[in-house]
Amino acid sequence: MTTTTEPGASLIGASIRRKEDVRFITGKGRFTDDVTLPGQTYAAFVRSPHANATINGIDATAALALPGVHAVMTGEDMKAAGVNPIPPGWLHPGIKISEFRALAVGRVSHVGNAVAVVIADSPHIARDAADLVSVDYSDHPAVADAVAALAPGAPQVHPDVPGNVVFTWQLGDAAATDAAMAGATTVVRQHLVNQRLIANAIEPRASLANYDAAADELTLYVTSQNPHVHRLIMGAFVLGLPEHKFRVIAPDVGGGFGSKIFIYPEECVVAWASKTLGRPVKWTATRSESFLTDAHGRDHDTDVAMAFDAQGKIVALKVKTVANLGAYLTLFAPAVPTYLYGTLMSGQYNIPAIHVEVTAAYTHTTPVDAYRGAGRPEATYALERTLDVAAGQLGIDPAELRRRNLIPPDAFPFQTAVALQYDSGNYEPALDKALQLIDYPARRAEQAAGRPKGKYIGIGLSAYIEACGLAPSHIVGSLGAQAGLYESGVVRIHPTGKVTVLTGSHSHGQGHETTFSQIVAQELGCSIDDVEIVHGDTGRIPFGMGTYGSRSGAVGGAALFGSLQKVKEKGRLIAAHLLEAAPEDVDFAGGNYFVKGSPTRSKSFGEVSLAAYLAHNLPPDMEPGLEATTFFNPSNFVFPFGVHIAIVEVDAETGHVQLQRYLAVDDFGNVINPMIVDGQLHGGIAQGAAQALWEGAQYDSNGQLLTGSMMSYGIPKAEFLPMFETDRTVTPSPVNPLGVKGAGEAGTIASTAAVANAVLDALSPFGITHLDMPLTPSKIWSAIQGSTGGN
Amino acid sequence: MAEINVSVNGRAYTRDVEPRTLLVHLLRDELRLTGTHVGCDTSQCGSCTVLLDGRGVKSCNVLAMQADGCAVTTIEGMATDGALHPLQAAFRETHGLQCGFCTPGMIMSAADLLANNPNPSEVEIRHALEGNLCRCTGYHNIVKAVQQAAHTMAGGTTAVAGD
Repeated sequence: MTTTTEPGASLIGASIRRKEDVRFITGKGRFTDDVTLPGQTYAAFVRSPHANATINGIDATAALALPGVHAVMTGEDMKAAGVNPIPPGWLHPGIKISEFRALAVGRVSHVGNAVAVVIADSPHIARDAADLVSVDYSDHPAVADAVAALAPGAPQVHPDVPGNVVFTWQLGDAAATDAAMAGATTVVRQHLVNQRLIANAIEPRASLANYDAAADELTLYVTSQNPHVHRLIMGAFVLGLPEHKFRVIAPDVGGGFGSKIFIYPEECVVAWASKTLGRPVKWTATRSESFLTDAHGRDHDTDVAMAFDAQGKIVALKVKTVANLGAYLTLFAPAVPTYLYGTLMSGQYNIPAIHVEVTAAYTHTTPVDAYRGAGRPEATYALERTLDVAAGQLGIDPAELRRRNLIPPDAFPFQTAVALQYDSGNYEPALDKALQLIDYPARRAEQAAGRPKGKYIGIGLSAYIEACGLAPSHIVGSLGAQAGLYESGVVRIHPTGKVTVLTGSHSHGQGHETTFSQIVAQELGCSIDDVEIVHGDTGRIPFGMGTYGSRSGAVGGAALFGSLQKVKEKGRLIAAHLLEAAPEDVDFAGGNYFVKGSPTRSKSFGEVSLAAYLAHNLPPDMEPGLEATTFFNPSNFVFPFGVHIAIVEVDAETGHVQLQRYLAVDDFGNVINPMIVDGQLHGGIAQGAAQALWEGAQYDSNGQLLTGSMMSYGIPKAEFLPMFETDRTVTPSPVNPLGVKGAGEAGTIASTAAVANAVLDALSPFGITHLDMPLTPSKIWSAIQGSTGGN
Repeated sequence: MAEINVSVNGRAYTRDVEPRTLLVHLLRDELRLTGTHVGCDTSQCGSCTVLLDGRGVKSCNVLAMQADGCAVTTIEGMATDGALHPLQAAFRETHGLQCGFCTPGMIMSAADLLANNPNPSEVEIRHALEGNLCRCTGYHNIVKAVQQAAHTMAGGTTAVAGD
């Protein structure tokens, strides 16, 4: 096992094997459902089978008669006890907020909406009893599609939201865009459906609450990407629990991809039930419940108009999107199709005029919120898919069309037409590198040679930019966020020189225990085995905004780095005092403080740590101890970028697509652990490619989810995918001291468009210019049958 | 309730179980072996895979009563005398896991594969793992882990993968 590198070698940029792996590969991980408390009871939920119905009454008599059942509780009970609805965390002017109650009151608005909860001695008894709860519904017509929901006469999701319009939002200069469009040589128009996805982290959501009456304190174990956010919203807004008497622990969490950011009904119910009953209460979702109740992602219906001059330069871009937000607004939902979407519409390109208009709709479906990439994959898909359609219409090679429109390196910092200012970037080298690594001319020749023989190869490009490292608090605050998006990091040096880090970031697969240890070991010159990274516990960590939006390295890592500088500086003052040297004459390297020019006059970091705690001989007026806290508030987003290329072969007889090669060239700035960054990319690429080819949530016209299990929803298997090829360029970010950017979402952001473009490129001989995702064999086969072309 | 006798990781247990109790619930809830996970309710995800008399099975798809008289190996039984099984070591060495939730099932399925096919091709590995879903890794490093473990188990020294 590799836990150390050569002495003196930099730990930043080293593929250190992960510290956390040992517990996972031996079965010792501790996930929420693995935690068991004495006297534990179990919750099971009664859920609506209807998408839109009035609740006439709930009869729990038979359920309560079952031995082992402690209670059956309803939305009316919670409301009477003073429990409030769950609020969204981002607001827009004029937004219509629906009442999102943990248990429905009076009516239900999507299939799976929780109506009542049963608390019993075992999960089986709870489930049996839930099936005995009789709910009298009057069901009504429902609407699942957002465009249909906005049409006159559509079924209403909430009586107080006429027309089902949550909000309308726009960005950019409409008049300038229309004028540029009117003067353009060519206007390419494309309608695009970015279908609804379901995150499907392999660990189902779970929660376990325990109210301690003696301490008047509630502890909640929960599958959360951001336990402090859970504590704040559940405590202060929903349940009325004081923050200092409410501890939220997110132990090992089995994947999130956004779906474990949000405050869900079940954890609110479990927490409230534990306090009400005085017993620990546990709930673990079945996968069927996950499909119906984990927030979904994407679900956009978009019209794009892209205007070009005679040289193939984009002169204007107009994007009109209808976003489906489902039945209720969850935490980030209003931000995803707006500030995380419209602001990305310039991509890597110099587009002088852009206008984006978004209408968000309520529908009788599961709420929609952030899913890996959150808005940015939708923007990249709209831009990159349309560019390929344009390349076909203009008769320009897709790589060349992109190259002509790249922002030149001397234009940075670059102010886009959609609010963002890109701090740095140099896009052409990534494009060149990707084309060279894939040997683009050879692939095009191969494609041309194959077509006459009925071999349909497709080559798809996607050039993306991502704004992540969420986020400058004052900017997001001015845009409607109800919180700041800084991060905290505490560095606690123990008397023996061992290090405990308390971070507000939360790892659910990202490997912070390793990468953050690398930062510490690099800065302090210690072994990474002498560092403990503590995350996911509001009882130990001062505060934190959690992990999403590719922010842990750029924001959480920067907070940690700040605290490391503070303890190093205090250590330097102590060392100078002990060495009887002026502080400015003392340097720190390799774990030792030494007098400049006299390396033998030195004190190790361990000696200084002990001195700080002994406090027998400290500089005058210095406090004992060696610990620092930093809240890092980024001055800007970070902007990773890259070019991805997919190569597919389409079997024209069956419509089957084989993803043959996938190459990613990305710029994440400085990379702490290349092995982990590659791993993030692999998983992201798989998820994005899956949207292009296999995944898609489907509802019928009554609001029933047709893809409600892993049998009917196309999660990729090992045999669907190739090995991935990754490479990088390095342009350090100027907005954090580590020079890092985010890497968690880039794979997903780029790959959907790359793979879809490859498939449509393969189908171009048939005269097929566009198909909506997922590009399943039946869809492709049908299109080929209806086409005019072929070899 | 019915009495069953089952050997788990070499230790004998006698338990009274409800007839509907699944093997995975016996392992997790009764024996507190929580390394075996439950990720779905339709036997798709494979997180609950264990070896039953040496054969890979999804323990959510086996009644505890069916394991009566059988020997079960779970992820907790893979390391011997403190030494990691080559598959465990290879998953770590090649970064074959991220969140770690699917990992025990992946390792147990891979163990089943390597018991029957000690030198599988990439295609055979991908096919053998079709009943195990991973949402983090895109399977890239999982395939590499199985390849590396096969190499080690065939007597090769552990290749130091990575850069």
